[in-house]
Amino acid sequence: MSVNKNLSPSEKRLPKVSVDIDAIESGTSLWQDAWYRLKKNHLALASFWVLGFMAVFCFIGPFLTPNDFQSTDLESTLLSPGLEHPFGTDDLGRDQLTRVMVGGRVSLGVGIIATTVSLLIGVSYGATAAYVGGKVDAAMMRIVDVLYALPFTIFVILLMTIFERSIVLLFVVIGAVEWLTMARIVRGQVLSLKKQEFVEAAVSLGYSTRRIIFRHIIPNVLGVVVVYATLTVPAVMLLESFLSFLGLGVQPPMPSWGSLIKLGADNIQLYPYLLIIPALFFSTTLFSLNFLGDGLRDALDPKSSKD
Amino acid sequence: MPILDVKDLKTYFHTRNGTVRAVDGVSFSVERGETLGIVGESGSGKSVSCYSLMGLIPQPPGRIEGGQAILDGEVDLLSCSEKELQKIRGKKISMIFQDPMTSLNPYLRVSTQMVEALRMHETVTKKEALNRSIQALEEVGITEASQRILFYPHEFSGGMRQRVMIAMAMITHPEILIADEPTTALDVTVQAQILELIRERQKANNSAVILITHDLGVVAGMCDRINVMYAGKIVESGTADDIFYKAQHPYTVALQRSIPSLGSKGKPLYTIPGLPPDLSQPIPGDAFALREGLTSGGKWDSTPPELVQVSDTHWVRESDVILPPLEEVLDAE
Amino acid sequence: MFKFIAKRIGQSIVVLFVIITVTFFMVRLAPGDPFSQERKMPEHIKQSLMAHYGLDKPVLVQYGNYLKNLVKGDLGPSYVETRSVNKILASSFPVSLELGAWALLIALCIGLPVGITAAVFKNSVADYLPMSIAMLGICLPTFVLGPILALVFGVWLGWFNVSGWFIAADRVLPALTIGLVYAAIIARITRGGMLEILSQDFIRTAKAKGVPFPRIIFFHTLKGGLLPVISYLGPALAGIISGSFVVETIFQIPGMGRQFVSSAFNRDYTLVLGTVILYATLITLANLIVDVIQVIINPRLRFEDS
Repeated sequence: MSVNKNLSPSEKRLPKVSVDIDAIESGTSLWQDAWYRLKKNHLALASFWVLGFMAVFCFIGPFLTPNDFQSTDLESTLLSPGLEHPFGTDDLGRDQLTRVMVGGRVSLGVGIIATTVSLLIGVSYGATAAYVGGKVDAAMMRIVDVLYALPFTIFVILLMTIFERSIVLLFVVIGAVEWLTMARIVRGQVLSLKKQEFVEAAVSLGYSTRRIIFRHIIPNVLGVVVVYATLTVPAVMLLESFLSFLGLGVQPPMPSWGSLIKLGADNIQLYPYLLIIPALFFSTTLFSLNFLGDGLRDALDPKSSKD
Repeated sequence: MPILDVKDLKTYFHTRNGTVRAVDGVSFSVERGETLGIVGESGSGKSVSCYSLMGLIPQPPGRIEGGQAILDGEVDLLSCSEKELQKIRGKKISMIFQDPMTSLNPYLRVSTQMVEALRMHETVTKKEALNRSIQALEEVGITEASQRILFYPHEFSGGMRQRVMIAMAMITHPEILIADEPTTALDVTVQAQILELIRERQKANNSAVILITHDLGVVAGMCDRINVMYAGKIVESGTADDIFYKAQHPYTVALQRSIPSLGSKGKPLYTIPGLPPDLSQPIPGDAFALREGLTSGGKWDSTPPELVQVSDTHWVRESDVILPPLEEVLDAE
Repeated sequence: MFKFIAKRIGQSIVVLFVIITVTFFMVRLAPGDPFSQERKMPEHIKQSLMAHYGLDKPVLVQYGNYLKNLVKGDLGPSYVETRSVNKILASSFPVSLELGAWALLIALCIGLPVGITAAVFKNSVADYLPMSIAMLGICLPTFVLGPILALVFGVWLGWFNVSGWFIAADRVLPALTIGLVYAAIIARITRGGMLEILSQDFIRTAKAKGVPFPRIIFFHTLKGGLLPVISYLGPALAGIISGSFVVETIFQIPGMGRQFVSSAFNRDYTLVLGTVILYATLITLANLIVDVIQVIINPRLRFEDS
């Protein structure tokens, strides 16, 4: 693309250098820089592999175990970990290994889907508010402020007890709680991008609005969105397990890490393995997600508080 | 005897990408009551040299590798402990910074900050300190000082905030005031006022002033002597007369040519081609010759050029860089 | 500034009103009623019970009556238990209040010093070690940490009871469970806030004035550095409340949290509403206080028009 404008006589006399804008833009792009920094962050990298393992363990594992998660065996209840049941059995004789795997499916699945829900709501809300600006923006953010002040967990508990417990309701409720933060973050990012000089520079170079939005604004917003999405997943998983712990989440016989931990908590005195194993998986996953999210945040914006 | 005598100051920054030689063997001195200007572009080392004197360089990754800075013939600033430096900062040497908008603590009233500046170094009662602070504000031209002093920084405009900074710096009657780009962040109309204020306060206190700037115009009316820095070294040093009328180093000449003058209306601006060098790489010879687009005779490509005395007051670093002539950039229209 | 406070109080009342209304109708919308839980009741007895409690009137009328009583301070009778809601809450609220207070105390007394130290000694062991442990605290939710603490200190070491709220020592494990998690979060926020201030230009000015390092930290940095923590205290309180639901369940504590969950299960309308109102008032009050404190500390917030 050539920058063709009406050049003044002296401008025309500058040596003609063919400028390949695309090549310049693809040089060391934001993403390549970020990827490089991320690779150097060993903790984040390790977390990535751990999460990969978790995904395989939970989603593929159940196909490989001899037991399934719901068949009860009242003659083998509350067995300690052993050869036949590497994670032991629960109070109804169900194999804990498979249950932990399936529980992981539920927890991770809820995490991802609910995060996606909150992402969709939050990004569109925040971007719209920032894009439209002015009074509409002020009003939209005022609503967010008021909602922020509401004691959401209480409402969530209310909703889950009142209405029929379905997985869909669970997703909606959890997603509805988390979108607020995403909206605020996206709005902040879009607003600051609007003001930034490189947008003005792009405009003055004659780039079309569409190009500006797609090549400049969206990639920058995407970065922030990816970071916060990665940090939202553990928050969502916490909320889901919290609900399951209270008996308000996923219903038996479907396990989730939260309900498995509840069973373990009820039996700590005699059967600690029922608590320790699911708790370990749960915490490790949360840990890894948080470290990865932190690592992504540092990779995309190295000016954050680390240095 | 000069109030400050700096010999062979070297400050390097040890980073992951290499060792940046920000200040590489700089020597200068300042006499009592005189104004020294240090001119250079970003990265020339002008600010880092003065920050080194005050001990304000973050010690990892920065490190003062060598040199001496004798204050008033007695103390070497570069070998002082932190405690000793604290007694000197704000008392013997004060500093004001570039951006007055961010240089004052927004959470504290101006009165608190000024009283602190005084009580840190003198035993005075709070009441006395407050009175003297009010007086100091009046001296820098802030009206209704006794009421305004209770304001928070954001209640002042940029120019007024810089006046507050000057008042705060001078309230202890320091021997030296270091002003790091004091007018760069201000409106043009305010710039002249602030410079005038600095000069006036300087005379009233008989302080020396080190004025750091990238703007030759700022230096013109104010400074008795001027050091021009490039790539961590001084390339020319002399009186204002020497620098403006008898400049010899090509960099100084180029700087002067870049000042737009009223007569050159309609003509393109003179720019120095190329970019300053990467200070993390060792530079064997003349750093200025390394600029792309400049030709040189090649004499100092691998031998470091020395500072040569040209007259009683005037020193120049050897260089055989040939600047593109003024006319090359202008075309017949 | 007083205009600001008045405005915030007005907002808080509106928010409270919205919460009460929404909860009221949400609970009424639920399928079932308070009497169909336990045993099958003959229809006519159920009808007369409903009439007795005024549950047969149209919803809007019930709403109006409720508000009228609310203004008088009467939260109504419980449908499931025999005592009135006021009496029930009067015995469970102080318990939860004490639990929450201890938890908050632990969170601040551990979190603040750790965060400040980490910021001052950035990138050293005093920074990495506590921050990594803090990460642990954030990822170990109360319902994981609680049982583990109970297991280690209650069952294996036998130092504490694993349930009950009788002796002073019973407070320790539950308060720690909630407190440690929030200590971790507060530590991270404090560190971030302090570092943000320490990188500002005016800290350099203070140093150039000859201000010694301890004073720079405590006099110049702390005010601004703690602002993020203070604004976090609102959500922290909400979090401590929801933590109490879990902790009171695990450690069998007769507090409002445990009660709230069971009253929601039992569709005990008035008790649920009463509890929600109490919580909402607490949180709204806390947010109000936090906002006012922020304005006091940060003078730039006082001039909302500029």
